[in-house]
Amino acid sequence: MSTTQNAPLLTVDNLFVEYPSKKFRAKPFRALTDINITIGQGETLGLVGESGSGKTTLGRAVLGLAPVTGGKITFEGTDISHASRKQRRTLSRDLQVVFQDPYTSLNPALEIGDILAEPLGVQGMEPAAAKKRVKELLDQVGLPSDAIHRLPREFSGGQRQRVAIARALALSPKLIVCDEPVSALDLSTQARVLDLFLQIQKDTGVSYLFVSHDLDVVRHISHRVAVMYHGEIVEQGPAEVVTRDPEHPYTQRLLLASPVPDPDRQEQRRADRHRLLESQRHQIEQAGALA
Amino acid sequence: MSDSVETAAVAAPVPTGQSGTVVRSTVMRRLIRNPMGIASLVILGSIALLAIFAPVLAPFEENFANITKTLAPADSVNILGTDSAGRDTWSRLLFGAQLTLLSAMLCAGVAIAIGLPAGLIAGYYAGKFEAVSNWVVSILMSLPGLIVLLTIRAAFGPSVWISMIAFGVLISPSYFRLTRTAVQSVRNELYVDAARVSGLSDWSIIARHIFSVIRAPIIIQTAAIAGVAIAIQSGLEFLGLGDPTKATWGVMLSEGFKNVYLTPTLLFWPALAMALTIGGLVLLGNAIRDALEDGEKIRHRKKRATLEGTTAAPAAGRPSRKAVAAVDAGTEHHLVKVTNLGVGYPQADGSVKKVVDDVSFHVDRGEILGIVGESGSGKSQTAFSILGLLPDNARIVGGAIQFDGSYTVAPGEERVNQDRLSKLRGKRISYIPQEPMSNLDPAFTIGYQLVTPMVRVLGISKEEARKRALKLLTDVGIVNPERTFSAYPHEVSGGMAQRVLIAGAISCEPDLVIADEPTTALDVTVQADVLDLLRELQQRLNIGIILVTHNFGVVADLCDRVAVMQNGRLVEEGSVRDILRNPKEQYTQTLLASMLEGKTPMSMLVSSQKEPVA
Repeated sequence: MSTTQNAPLLTVDNLFVEYPSKKFRAKPFRALTDINITIGQGETLGLVGESGSGKTTLGRAVLGLAPVTGGKITFEGTDISHASRKQRRTLSRDLQVVFQDPYTSLNPALEIGDILAEPLGVQGMEPAAAKKRVKELLDQVGLPSDAIHRLPREFSGGQRQRVAIARALALSPKLIVCDEPVSALDLSTQARVLDLFLQIQKDTGVSYLFVSHDLDVVRHISHRVAVMYHGEIVEQGPAEVVTRDPEHPYTQRLLLASPVPDPDRQEQRRADRHRLLESQRHQIEQAGALA
Repeated sequence: MSDSVETAAVAAPVPTGQSGTVVRSTVMRRLIRNPMGIASLVILGSIALLAIFAPVLAPFEENFANITKTLAPADSVNILGTDSAGRDTWSRLLFGAQLTLLSAMLCAGVAIAIGLPAGLIAGYYAGKFEAVSNWVVSILMSLPGLIVLLTIRAAFGPSVWISMIAFGVLISPSYFRLTRTAVQSVRNELYVDAARVSGLSDWSIIARHIFSVIRAPIIIQTAAIAGVAIAIQSGLEFLGLGDPTKATWGVMLSEGFKNVYLTPTLLFWPALAMALTIGGLVLLGNAIRDALEDGEKIRHRKKRATLEGTTAAPAAGRPSRKAVAAVDAGTEHHLVKVTNLGVGYPQADGSVKKVVDDVSFHVDRGEILGIVGESGSGKSQTAFSILGLLPDNARIVGGAIQFDGSYTVAPGEERVNQDRLSKLRGKRISYIPQEPMSNLDPAFTIGYQLVTPMVRVLGISKEEARKRALKLLTDVGIVNPERTFSAYPHEVSGGMAQRVLIAGAISCEPDLVIADEPTTALDVTVQADVLDLLRELQQRLNIGIILVTHNFGVVADLCDRVAVMQNGRLVEEGSVRDILRNPKEQYTQTLLASMLEGKTPMSMLVSSQKEPVA
């Protein structure tokens, strides 16, 4: 279980998410099946899986952007599975988001200052105070203060992601859902943005639900890791254990599939992977023979 | 981390010259700079002014009739002559402008008032409202407009206002559809999601984030609708269904038509006024659209000028088209050799923006060269110049490319020679793209897309090509080739689609394959399979591969040699072990230091070089 002793910040119990089917009277599409996770104060839970595994849907369900059809999401002791827009407005002080694509997550027609001031305005902050806070935020994420009057298109991908992080930080939240926040970034930019996430956590004690398809990224930033596969969590535990010595066959495949930047070690890993695939195929055949 | 952090990666060749002005003002400025825009604004502006000051400017009342002076030619009192009742044409034209413009505005106003909110609600909330409003719209659009207008005229009498309100209702579906489609396209944008998470109310989201998207199309649409409204209204009046007590262009046109044999000019003046107004509105709509599309026109014109300027000097490049110079002795054995290549894009101000600068490398048969770099490093541009697939406005600004002992881009040439390259491309040089799905045409089966190039390039029969395609699909590890052959692209997964594209790339037995980030769009487990496939094929067919990637793991897995690019320049080149283990250049070291593999979790990655954010 979690390393934190106090009550967890976020608890998800037996969560089911289903999207109604477009076809008449067809069975709804089940995106998430029986999800159980907890996140403590100042903790990062890494969520890893391939495309279509439901990892993004879980993040969206916590944010109220996906239809919860079963189970319960509890944030600071309150059930938020079906929170109203009004409750969400209160909740947005503590629960924020950073999306994957820094190009579509910022409104291209608004200046950076307006984008950052938006969540502040919703909470009824005075424009003057909001402006001061916006300057603080830009400083916090390492952007120049003249960025206030510039448009998103004038910034590079990494800088835009900083703006998105600043927007998430605006209300000093307790939990930030990060949906693939570094996937669209270059390698060196990714490293700087990861540093920024870690630094912010160190400074503010914020918790992250960190969604990524990259096991290396998740290992680097997470305290605990949950692995998703076909809408279910197949393995969950301390980051070191799950990302270095996984138990579930899928996580094992995932680990050995990610290439390492050295030709000889990669050759070794490739051989390991082929051996693993062979033995797993063997096991499946045996199981089939038994049944 | 200060502001220098991100700019360090972007650095030199990218000009940061964009001004920080608000969008609206730049659109207005572009509109005025466009001759079409300024002309239409002047025409419409003067017609509007004449209409507003009609009571002052008109020498007579609109219905003041001088029975003694009917159908008179122009003179000093009646500057455009008089009509059959002796009314002054110029005065009636001015009052007509007033009424015609007002009624067109009324029509557009009614249409917007109905169509815009309905479209916003239907687009944003979807559900029942959308279903019901779609029904209403379908009914409105199936009504025969002119007959409805005639009926209304019969029921309510000859009022311009009533007929224009009715026409506004009839034409409101065009606004509804426009708005709904625009809203639907942004409804699921991430920034709208972010606003929802912030707790913004729906109305604030619509006002702040969605309305800005539909503002421009609505303005353009209104220009067109106003023109149509004037035409319809005048048409009704021309048929004699207008209010005879009011001076409008349509009534004047009708009057002129009755006397066309006696005084043809009576027909001319209202027709000219209508043509100017409607034409002005259409041109204005076009000019606004052009202004919104980033001033393409200006750039094109200047480009031609710079082109002439640059071609004048190295004219020696031209005659070499027929007799291609022989490559340097001793380099013929290289499959591909790129020498001091430079690629640039002419800019609006006459300068050339270089995206590839002084890049040299070679690839031999049976060898895999990795080109590594971050976005904007010029790695894809380099690959595309070998393929001859650079955009039309790109220029080779220096260097040469040779393939199998002859130049595809000879020294001094400033474009890739398509004559020479089209013989090679697809046959001896092939390409594996980054996005498998967008590189297969959804309208054709996978089999068709594999067979057609083989029939064309290899000149074999369809039946033979089909056999080869099935064999290729088996070769790239597809379990059920028959089913994939007859499937459409949307019916297969991303990994499968990439296998199909690899099959396509090797179908004509090329010597060189250029793979541009072939695994970036794939899941890690699928990536590993595709890398295995590439390695196996390369060894079996002994082809040369240029692998463009940003991933050092992929490089380590496949490549023999690596070239590292930054800002269009080749930073470092060498064998894969040298580069990955002992990088000499600072940039390569920084890139490798950014890799997460083998790092202590939760440690700062770049803080050793720079102070972290406080």
